[in-house]
Amino acid sequence: MSAIEMRYAQAVAQALRDSLEADERVMVLGEDIAAAGGSFKATRGLLEAFGPQRVLDTPISEASIVSAAVGAALSGMRPVAEIMFMDFITLAMDALVNQAAKARFMFGGQGNVPMVLRTPHGGGLSAGPQHSQCLEAWLAHVPGLKVVCPATPQDAYSLLRAAIADPDPVIVVEHKGLYGQKGMVEPVVGRIGEARIVRPGGDLTLVSYGATVAICLQAAQALAADGAQAEVIDLRSIQPWDRATVLASLARTHRAVVVHEAVTAFGVGAEIAATLSDEGFDELDAPVLRVGAPFMPVPFASSLEKGYAVSVEAVLAAARKTLN
Amino acid sequence: MNAAARAPKTGKAAHQQSLLALYRTIVLVREVEQALSRLFANGEVPGFIHLSLGQEAISAGVASALQPQDSLTTTHRGHGHVLARGIDVEGFFKEIMGRAGGLCKGRGGSMHVADLSLGILGANGIVGAGIPIALGSAIAHAARKTGGVAVAFFGDGAMAEGVLHETLNMAALWKAPLLLVCENNGWSEFSPTSRQFAAKLEALAAAFGMAYEQVDGNDVTAVAEAARGATEALRAGRGPFVLECITHRVRGHYEGDPQKYRDANELQGLAAKDPLARTRDQLAQAGVSAADTERIDQEVLARVEAAITAARADAPPAFEDAASDVYTPATQEATP
Repeated sequence: MSAIEMRYAQAVAQALRDSLEADERVMVLGEDIAAAGGSFKATRGLLEAFGPQRVLDTPISEASIVSAAVGAALSGMRPVAEIMFMDFITLAMDALVNQAAKARFMFGGQGNVPMVLRTPHGGGLSAGPQHSQCLEAWLAHVPGLKVVCPATPQDAYSLLRAAIADPDPVIVVEHKGLYGQKGMVEPVVGRIGEARIVRPGGDLTLVSYGATVAICLQAAQALAADGAQAEVIDLRSIQPWDRATVLASLARTHRAVVVHEAVTAFGVGAEIAATLSDEGFDELDAPVLRVGAPFMPVPFASSLEKGYAVSVEAVLAAARKTLN
Repeated sequence: MNAAARAPKTGKAAHQQSLLALYRTIVLVREVEQALSRLFANGEVPGFIHLSLGQEAISAGVASALQPQDSLTTTHRGHGHVLARGIDVEGFFKEIMGRAGGLCKGRGGSMHVADLSLGILGANGIVGAGIPIALGSAIAHAARKTGGVAVAFFGDGAMAEGVLHETLNMAALWKAPLLLVCENNGWSEFSPTSRQFAAKLEALAAAFGMAYEQVDGNDVTAVAEAARGATEALRAGRGPFVLECITHRVRGHYEGDPQKYRDANELQGLAAKDPLARTRDQLAQAGVSAADTERIDQEVLARVEAAITAARADAPPAFEDAASDVYTPATQEATP
């Protein structure tokens, strides 16, 4: 199958379209996803193609949207729910944490919950404190949930197809700032839990996911000018995360910095740094460093958000500290 | 399920048969709950349990109207609903007593009993949480054209939960085949519902343009007839239905609850409303002999005692089996 150039949002829509075509159990539901085509146009054209029974506009009722997805999944469907901004999952946490995550386990493995929740995180759009958060660490902390975070149009397609095919609940965290990004997309189903080495290098490992993968690549270019080769790893999947790939990279580079847009404290980077410090202790030539957001709400004004966001300079500073 | 209870009342024999089937279910729930009360007092049931004593007629009546393809969600006070639906009694006791052979392998206990093969999508430890899950199941019935309905059992305490209101709206918008069964026993945990909820469920259903019926939840014949009417309307595609069953909570919120917040007069008056005694009266009026009802009593009691004996003999679950089953094993994964 040949690759086609498309935007990240189009790749999402294409993955939904292909999944709806491949499996009659797949249905899509969420606020303004059908007639309006989605806030970020990631579900455009699906209603016309598949009708209102499989592409369902819901009222603004996040708790019941996700709960209904759990019930539909337990009753033979493969629902893909959308929550318009990741900040709004706060309203659906019972459905995710107490219901979706636990049903398989607490029913003794009688069945499973093959549902997907798509939701965009991330700042950079002056969307303010309630429309910009990166809350993936909350979900990765819950046994029973899987969490993926595509950084490219290809992964937006492949990981969503994989999530829909997965027997367990998967949260696909997209990035609002990436929806317009163009890239070549092959219609292949990805594998959850496999990281990707975006740029090989032997002196330092930069581990990231989502929109900060691009920031790590920029930092790697600047480091190359200094004569240091950084290996950039895009985790793609946060729960489960690809320990083997990251530990193997550490065994080559002996230095690592974990970079993400989310708040640093108690975040994904803390889990990775702790694992590298434990399982990779003998390989380490320097402490594992983390680069993320400060411990504050995402601010609105551009000048404030610029100060809040992870910068190439911050990644470079951490990398140089690790290399010294 | 009580197939006999669904049969049209073409004569005295059919009426007796359907009433006996309902009676058998009520006796089963009563015997199981009383046994659990004793087992709990003996320290043979870990954790905490919430009994449905005095509310058995609702479980029996609603279950009599269900078909094999139907599904249901229930609550922390859900033993009656799953027993009436036909759950394996031995597996039920093993689960609640924390044994390996439990329906959920001893991982859930009383508040998470489920049998997906019977469409039982779980009891629930979160008040109201089963309601929107049943909505999703109803959507699945419609999408898959199963002809089935989904039933959400909930107590009056859940009327204050937001997801009930969201679900009423969505179910009405989509004409979902959803039967919302409220067991109104007057108590929201330790507080009278009159102090917890400012509206009436009837007015709430009317606000969403939804069919509503209120029945005496301790009259099994009335519940069965109302449930049959409601499920027929649902199967005909006439949209969601709210069935409010007025009943009484005989025990505390949980076993061991001293109920100091309750008036002794209220508790003393409950004997006259006992659904089991009232069903016996209905059976006598229908011409069923005491010997016939006593035979059912003995059969059910023997079944419950055998289940308890088996549960006591069963091994505790192994930690490793549970810890390795948080996600679906790769060998079980379905292909897209």
